[in-house]
Formats: sequence, C-alpha cells, structure tokens
Amino acid sequence: MSRLGKRLAALAADGRKALNTYIVAGDPSPEATVPAMHALVRGGADLIELGVPFSDPEAEGPTIQAGIERALEHDVTLADVLHMMSAFRRDDGDTPVVLMGYVNPFLRMGYEAFCRRAAHAGVDGVIVVNLPPEEARTFRNALHTRYMDLILLVAPTTTPERAAYIAGQGSGFLYFVSYKGVTGARRADAGAVAQRLTDVRAAAGGLPVLVGFGIKDGASAAGIAPHADGVVVGSALVETMGCTAIARIPDRLQAQVREIREALD
Amino acid sequence: MPKSNRVPYDAPTEDGRFGDYGGRFVAETLIHALDELTRLYGSVSRDPDFQAALAQELKDYVGRPTPLYRADRLTEHAGGARIYLKREDLNHTGAHKINNTVGQAMLAVRMGKTRLIAETGAGQHGVATATVAARLGLDCRVYMGSEDIARQSINVYRMKLLGAEVAPVNAGSRTLKDAMNEAMRDWVTNVDNTHYIIGSVAGPHPYPMLVRDFQAVIGTEARDQCLAEEGRLPDLLVACVGGGSNAMGLFYPFVDDDGVDLVGVEAGGEGLATGRHAAPLNAGIPGVLHGSHTYLMDDASGQIVETHSISAGLDYPGVGPEHAYWKDLGRARYTSVTDDEALAAFRVLNRTEGIMPALESSHAVAWALREAARRPPGDIILINLSGRGDKDIHTVAGIDGIEV
Repeated sequence: MSRLGKRLAALAADGRKALNTYIVAGDPSPEATVPAMHALVRGGADLIELGVPFSDPEAEGPTIQAGIERALEHDVTLADVLHMMSAFRRDDGDTPVVLMGYVNPFLRMGYEAFCRRAAHAGVDGVIVVNLPPEEARTFRNALHTRYMDLILLVAPTTTPERAAYIAGQGSGFLYFVSYKGVTGARRADAGAVAQRLTDVRAAAGGLPVLVGFGIKDGASAAGIAPHADGVVVGSALVETMGCTAIARIPDRLQAQVREIREALD
Repeated sequence: MPKSNRVPYDAPTEDGRFGDYGGRFVAETLIHALDELTRLYGSVSRDPDFQAALAQELKDYVGRPTPLYRADRLTEHAGGARIYLKREDLNHTGAHKINNTVGQAMLAVRMGKTRLIAETGAGQHGVATATVAARLGLDCRVYMGSEDIARQSINVYRMKLLGAEVAPVNAGSRTLKDAMNEAMRDWVTNVDNTHYIIGSVAGPHPYPMLVRDFQAVIGTEARDQCLAEEGRLPDLLVACVGGGSNAMGLFYPFVDDDGVDLVGVEAGGEGLATGRHAAPLNAGIPGVLHGSHTYLMDDASGQIVETHSISAGLDYPGVGPEHAYWKDLGRARYTSVTDDEALAAFRVLNRTEGIMPALESSHAVAWALREAARRPPGDIILINLSGRGDKDIHTVAGIDGIEV
C-alpha cells in the first residue's frame, strides 16, 4: 500500500479524521516552502497538498490566485516544486504529499518524465483540477506505473452514477468539493454536505472521502468532519502565507493548523 | 466543382475530439452543465421548429443574409485575383459574433436559464451577448480585461446602454484570456441559473462544435452566393483567426470542397521573431487552456505567456481546437500579418471601397491583398469581413496622433 493509503488507513483504524493542508509552492517566495511544510506537519497535518503555480488558475478564488501570483513573481516552475519536494523528504519520509495544479505544466514536462522525477522526489500523488477522468487515462497509467495516486474530484453537481465512475478511476482518496464555486469563496454548509456525503460515500466504494472548499478553521472543520474521512484546508493557510513575514510563517502556520487539529480530535 | 469521393468530414467525435485536439479539460463542477448543453444541442439541432425559429431570428433581427460584395476597386488596387468580401460587418451590432449569441441565447432559454455571462476582448462578443440578453429579457454580465476596457471604450459603453454589467478583470495580462478565466469562475459558481456564452470556437466540448455550427451560416451563404454570382466556387477563402470563430464559420461549409484553399491569418503583432504576437498556430505548441487541448503560447515550464496584438479581438494565446486539427491535417493553412500590415490594409479598404473594417478583419484583408497580387485575374478570393471598424477609431486615431 502507498504511503498515502497507509496513512489514511491508520487514521481510520484509530477513528481519527485526516487533516489535509494546502499551500502554494513558492509562496510568498521559494525559500519559505520547505519550512512551511514542516510547520504544517508539526501543527498536526496528516497530508500536504502542494500547489503547483499556474498562470491561469480558473478554479481558484482571489486568495489562492494571489498566492499563485506571489509564487509566479519568482518564476516558480514544476521542476522547482519537485526540488522543494526532495528537500522536504530529507527530513520527512512519512508525511504523504500530493501536488495540486492545472494540467498544462505537467503536460509540458511530459507525463512520463514528470512521473519519473516525481517518484524520485517522494511525491505520493497528484490532483489536477482541470483533468476529469475521461481526459486523465494517459496520466493515470503513468502515475500508477510509479505507484503514485491520481486523486479525482466529485462536485455537488456530479450525479451518483458519475460519482461511482469517478471513484473507480481514482485512487488515494476522493476529493469532495463542498459547494459550487471557486476556492475560498464561502463557508461549507455542513448540513448540505452531510446530505450529499451519504451518496458520495456509497459511490466511493471504500475509497476515503475528504471534503474541501470552505473549511477555514477548527469550527468549520469540526462541522464537516463527522460526515467524512477528513477535510482539506487551503485558502485560510494561503491567506496567512500572504500576510506574514517569512521568518514568522512557520510559527503562525503551526498554530493555525494546531487549532484545526484540536477541533477535529 | 464536384465534392470528392472520400468520407465526408464529421469531426468532432462524441467526446468532443478533433483528432488529438479538443476534449473537456474543466473542473468537475462544470461537467454536468456541459453534458446538459450537449444533450440539448443534440436534440435542437435535429428539431425543425428550433431551426426555423433560429432562421427567422437571423433574418429579421440580425439582418441576414449578409451580402457577398465584389470589391472591384480593391481588386484593382491589388492587381490580380478578383476579391469578394463577405459582409459580416453589416450584421446587427456590426460583427459576426451575433450569429452565435442569438443561437446560444435560444438554447439558454430552452434550458430555463435566466442569466447570461460572456467574456469579451474587442467587445464585439460582449455587445452581441448584451444585445440578445436585452432582446430576451435575460440578466447579463460581461467579463472584460481592464486593458481591453481602456482600448475599447465605445463597446464598453454600448454594453452598459444595453443593460449589461461590465465586470473589469485585473488579473494576469488583463486581456481576453483573463476575462475567460473569470467567466469560468462565475459559471462554476452560478451554474444553476446561468448559461455561459463562449464567443469563439474554443473552450470545452460542446462549445467548439456548437459555435462552429451557429457561425456556419456565413460559409453556407457565401458558398451559395458565389455559385450564383460566378457559377463556381472560390479558389481561396481568407479569414482572421484569434479564437477562430469567423474563420471556422466561413471555412466549415467548404471543408469537403477540396479545390477551395483555406487560409487563416493570425495576429503577428510586432513580428513573429520578436515574440510579441498572438499567433499560436504559427509559433505555439499543443497544450491545454480554457477547457481544450489545442495550440497555445506558453513558456518551457507550461505557463501561458502574454500575447500582443493591435486588435483586442485577436489578442489571445490559444485557438479553437478544430483549427489545430486542420493545421495538422493540412486542410487549412495558417499564416500571420503584423500590426503595421493590418493597419495599412485598414486604410486601403477605407480609401478604395468606403468600407471601414475592424482591425481584426484587417489582418485577413492585408494577407489577401498580398496573395491576390500573386494570383491571375481569373482566380476568386473570398475574404471574411468579420466586423466593422468603428470601435477601433480611437486606436487608429491614437496612432495618427489625433484625439477624437
């Protein structure tokens, strides 16, 4: 079983919820990223989603767009992100890390070449926002050859039949998008999410379901978590990255993640 | 001219593929809406009542058919092949864009949507969307890059007069591609009550197909008009290509006419060698942007790069996937002209024919003038005059150092 699969299985066996945390690689500058990743882990993150900067992030709200723009001011590329991954792995061989981004940078590097380099750098999987399963076959096969996961998304507009199809095509976990909209636009509605999650979990066929979009703090995480296997926090952390002096980012992030961790436990 | 015996052209496939190009590269939230649109479009395209209503609307509201005009003084100026202009500039709102917005707005009403959104570069598609929204009593919001708002102020005010809200986009290069990102974000949020009218043969399936089909009225008319006037098909069709909707609309009905050459003219900006242009088919490589796999302009790490063109409507780093397919097939040829060449053609058409073309269309005129000079007088060249140039007066006057 993969590092990601093992971690999620261990959490489930303990009856704990997975806390998945997102930051943009290279935000606000490249040297901030690896220390920030370690701080997320110290705060209690179980998984890290590392955002790959892209010039046209069409599913992101203003907060994550701003984080991506800060990274792009330093011309952070997918190759740079893989270097950051390797650096992170020197001190942390346990925490699963997935890259999250848009398809063009992966395509430009080449799916095969990316997978070879990513496996070497210790990446556990990828989430590609604009790559639905119908378009993902080649990439998925290349990832699976290197024992990495392609994590797919299910939206509030996804039909139950399609959710089952998506779950069958993906691995690692199923990412349930809590509302219709861009990242960080509003708070997740726990009632509505709980209702949908019954169907989604049935469709997932045993694949863990993590909920993202609109989870900002301990309270919102604790509201959603009972209905899922875990939660994803993104915009709230990227906001911290944007308004904190680089030297103080690790402490601030660690405290922010700890608050959410404690609410979940 | 007889059609060839080979299998008739029938792209795209059911999953929206034009060869390796096209497809559906979007966030999962939008898949359901795209499925719904595909299903509905499949049924109305076979529904005689819908087609009759669309034809009526194109006739009475848009003013179709547009003339195929024999440009004798322009022909004389070029000194070679005979030049015809397909006068899409004479459509209501002044460009070909309304052919598509009328059709898509009728689809939106059938789907029970009450709100239209659109992206716009030069403002012609925004105006055409605002116009049909007013005509049908629908809410309308148009996304426009703030740089384009500055250079197309007349169209911005037109949209406001029509009751649309114009939302400035300050991200990225502040042009058409950023407006499209923002429109996608709106759509993902308001997909229940909103239809997104994409203005070109770009975006995820089924847009490239349905925009092509709505624009194909251009080529269907031009084909009949040329046969009636000349007793034969033209030798060469020329159209400008940004996203590529006016070119595809003209070319598509001729796709199986092997004797008809098709040439798309991209925006060469300050010259392909300078890197400051908007010519992905000439100088780009395949990648994924705005929902489809197609030629685009990016850097070695896959970031989309800023484009440059004097004409806001061509200032876009991608292109419709069917053009990418035709380039690889060799069915159409894609070339470019610079800002300066387009501007010179703009002036020539004003002086020789009393027709003021859009700066976008001036690119097609510029290349066709060059080509006409190389061809014998017996040849027929048909240029798509996709829009009128009133909107560009400020840009041209600025270059002339005149304040209007």
